Amino acid sequence: MRKTVATFSRHALVRWALGLALVGAGFGLFITRPLPLSEAEIAALPAGNSVNGETVFWAGGCASCHSTPKSEGDAHLVLAGGLELKTDFGTFVAPNISASTRHGIGAWSIGDFSSAMLKGVSPQGEHYYPSFPYGSYARMTGQDIADLYAFMKTLPASENIPAENQLSFPFNIRATVGGWKLLFFNTDPYVAIDTSNQILARGQYLVEGPGHCGECHTPRNLIGGLKSDAWLSGAKNPDGEGRIPNITPGAKDVSAWSAADLVAYFETGFTPDFDSVGGSMVSVQKNLSKLPKADLEAIAAYLKAIPAKDDGA
Amino acid sequence: MKRFILTTLSVIAFSGLAFAVEPQEARQASMKQVGGAIGLLSGMAKGEAPFDAAAAQAAFATMNTVAKGYVDLFPVGSETGFETEAAPAIWSSMDDFKAKVAKFEADTGAAAAMTFADAAAVGAAIGPVAANCGDCHQLYRVKK
Repeated sequence: MRKTVATFSRHALVRWALGLALVGAGFGLFITRPLPLSEAEIAALPAGNSVNGETVFWAGGCASCHSTPKSEGDAHLVLAGGLELKTDFGTFVAPNISASTRHGIGAWSIGDFSSAMLKGVSPQGEHYYPSFPYGSYARMTGQDIADLYAFMKTLPASENIPAENQLSFPFNIRATVGGWKLLFFNTDPYVAIDTSNQILARGQYLVEGPGHCGECHTPRNLIGGLKSDAWLSGAKNPDGEGRIPNITPGAKDVSAWSAADLVAYFETGFTPDFDSVGGSMVSVQKNLSKLPKADLEAIAAYLKAIPAKDDGA
Repeated sequence: MKRFILTTLSVIAFSGLAFAVEPQEARQASMKQVGGAIGLLSGMAKGEAPFDAAAAQAAFATMNTVAKGYVDLFPVGSETGFETEAAPAIWSSMDDFKAKVAKFEADTGAAAAMTFADAAAVGAAIGPVAANCGDCHQLYRVKK
């Protein structure tokens, strides 16, 4: 009799544990579910201006990942996708975000577009992987999002169908991104700087928002979260060999550059001693060279104002 | 001034050769020569250094000379060591690498054949040449 009770209790315990685990998993999935922008937030978006949208487009570096790999000139504006990012989590393939209504984003509403940019949620209601740097883009203004949407409508369509992502377990389960968002996705400033200074505020906006500099220049933890206490201190190249440099005032070499040196580098790709830009920064520098000089000066001022850090790891 | 610039360029050129013991070191010295030449030209274009047509030509010629022998500095076996920043992709895409160096040679050759009337003309000639730097370094240089 005693034994029966014990057995019964054990079964009950197991059942309870399973039940709780299911409820817990359900609750976890519920609190990490993809949430797009609300109808009210979408309705509040301003009308877009495609002229400023082009500036936002270059500031955001969209073409660097989404245009046909190795394309130049007008072909660089065909956002056909296909670039492979080989990371520790597997290979991400940049999707087609051209104006094609079938294979691109030509059929997207402004609500679809802004939910992707600001919430990392697709029109189908799924999480995007943060290789699409919405973790940064979420800091962008509604105006810039609307302007970018207007500009991207003017770009050509491509019917290219890029390959699927090839990710390793458990990252191939899209729902896990919900957990990543819970831990790391917010719109808080990465550093405290004097935002009453308009130039610094603009620099912070460009670097932490559309410019998404931290996505490569800040080290990540094992599950892909940016180590915010090591902001812009340099990291292992997330997509290949070598390192992405420390660009804080604590850097060995970049700290010796003046703000004017930084601006000259953004414009020309040459360091103060006429070494040249290399790696994935080549494409970033080409984008930067298309921005108004005042924006480059704002970025330089911000990089001079952030906390000095030793090289990140 | 002209003589000073020319002397400086030759010293840079010869020091490049003098230290060319290992291919890795030779290519680093070659790239420093190119950087020095670009620096001189861009100083002239910006009006920070006096305009000197012959020195400008010589600087483009320096880069052209580097370009001509450059692919020979990447023999098999020189992939690593001596703090090289050469990307492994050079050896796996040698034809494309050679094509990029050939373009650099052609562009610097064209600029070296120009006669410059003023600093603005130097500035205009730098652009197409300098574009080669990033285009090649994007794929074939790895920052350590």
